[in-house]
Amino acid sequence: MVNLNMSVSELEEQARQCRIDIIRMLAEAGSGHSGGSLSSVDILVALYFNFMKHDPESPTWEERDFFILSKGHVCPALYTALARAGYFPVEELMTLRKLDSRLQGHPAKNKGLPGIEVSSGSLGQGLGIGAGVALGLKIDGRPNRVWCLNGDGEMQEGSIWESAMAAGHYRLDNLATIVDMNGLQIDGEVCKVMNIEPLDEKFRAFNWNVVKCGGHDMADLLRAYEEASGCKDKPTAILAKTVKGKGVSFMENVAGWHGKAPNADEAEIALKELGAL
Amino acid sequence: MVDMKPTKNGFGEGLVELGRRNPRVVALGCDITGSVMVSLFKDAFPDRFFSIGIAEQNAAQIAAGLSLAGFVPFFSTYGVFASGRCWDQIRTTICYTELNVKIGGAHGGISVGPDGATHQALEEIGNMRAIPNMTVIVPADATETRKATIAAGEMLGPCYVRFGREAVPSWTKEDDPFEIGNANLVRDGNDVAVIACGVMVYEALCAAEELEKEGISVRVVNLHTVKPIDTGAIVSCAEKCGCIVAAEEHQIYGGFCGAVAEQVVQHCPVPMEFVAVDDRFGESGDPEELMSEFGLTSSDIVSAIRNVLKRSGK
Repeated sequence: MVNLNMSVSELEEQARQCRIDIIRMLAEAGSGHSGGSLSSVDILVALYFNFMKHDPESPTWEERDFFILSKGHVCPALYTALARAGYFPVEELMTLRKLDSRLQGHPAKNKGLPGIEVSSGSLGQGLGIGAGVALGLKIDGRPNRVWCLNGDGEMQEGSIWESAMAAGHYRLDNLATIVDMNGLQIDGEVCKVMNIEPLDEKFRAFNWNVVKCGGHDMADLLRAYEEASGCKDKPTAILAKTVKGKGVSFMENVAGWHGKAPNADEAEIALKELGAL
Repeated sequence: MVDMKPTKNGFGEGLVELGRRNPRVVALGCDITGSVMVSLFKDAFPDRFFSIGIAEQNAAQIAAGLSLAGFVPFFSTYGVFASGRCWDQIRTTICYTELNVKIGGAHGGISVGPDGATHQALEEIGNMRAIPNMTVIVPADATETRKATIAAGEMLGPCYVRFGREAVPSWTKEDDPFEIGNANLVRDGNDVAVIACGVMVYEALCAAEELEKEGISVRVVNLHTVKPIDTGAIVSCAEKCGCIVAAEEHQIYGGFCGAVAEQVVQHCPVPMEFVAVDDRFGESGDPEELMSEFGLTSSDIVSAIRNVLKRSGK
């Protein structure tokens, strides 16, 4: 059995392992999204190996928390978290983006990969899906929670704000979204491509609770999840400050690594930096 | 005299009936709740109705989430928005994930009238049938819309039901069969077949009666389910009659006529004529005037039949 109640230091080590998986998967696939996978992986590890209620042996367990990956392109980070948590064999990670793989380039429910709740990849949709699940859980009086992961660039999608409005309106305090605030998108800096700030004030204006945290600081992430879970009558937006490409020096804070995979040489350097070689 | 009734009433009544049969059925409102008759469900089951406001993309997303939580959600708004504004949500979230979400596309067709082109839904059949896993139903009258709504709620998977606002002839019988994917032969004949959906089925029956006086025998098929399409019914028409007219209150490209033609050319090539809106936007006017202006009446079907008979050498 995998330990799903890890300490901060165990989470950090797990995240290092997951970063190694991400580099290996992307290098093997020859394409994919390095920057966002590395910026969001600590967020996912803290959820899956400590905070979220779930059972890898029983992915559709009635009492599970729901996780909706709205920024579907960072699925390598989700796939490694799921595999390491025990949802499917770790070896399967190396099939990423290949024909007949359950690990599609963006999450695909119809491929039957355990732990994937919904297909995603078209930005702006996950928050509303999460709100719908949260509403459904409320109707049934179930205590499960819903966790979403959004990107900061994704905040530019209008549909996000339709969903934010509805989640505030229905006081969905069983819903939290974590915004991976890595500050970069394909065309460059989020603030220059289309400024989303002040994001905290925007969410508050939509009747949300806002929590800020360091997105690579496990203790701070756990504190943020705790605060979100304790908030009554409002959904919570966790604005997690991250570094795009975190953990690999030449990928950090470089927009060009958004949708690029490392070649064999680059992967070797990255794996050395991560202590894999 | 045939009774007149808006097909949207059938949708509202069907939704209430479904609500009685299945406590997991819930409905979302997009501000025009009364106009699309979801208000009947809201009155009957106030705890199972959720207002989403003027936000179709979010309505589709919330519906997706509700289905993940084990509900059978319906969202309904005017067809232009239901099938257009949130097309990507329907495609990627609902259909790709194969979620059990039902969409009521109201105010279908040119017959919405004075509101004009912005509100006259003429592209929904094409929009919806292009997406894998989607079921698309265009019922012929209010009675059939009620049955279609219930059937949509009782099948598993995404489904779009198209209906209209205006009172139209209510001619199908309570005990007529309705099964998703099975066309209904509503008039037998062997010179020419008219395959139609929605209000055009009644227009086809009127055309058939008129031509009977001249000794022309017209077969009429109500192909209420555009997808999955009843290939067998279409092949029977081709084999029995040797020529086909397809009729829809919708754009000529990408919609119902195209769907019928796709089957004809692959399985039973015979001459075909289309009765549909000829690749143009609608405009304001009385519903009846517009049906005539846009070539969607029984006399337009009569002309199409004469053309296809001529082409067939009959």
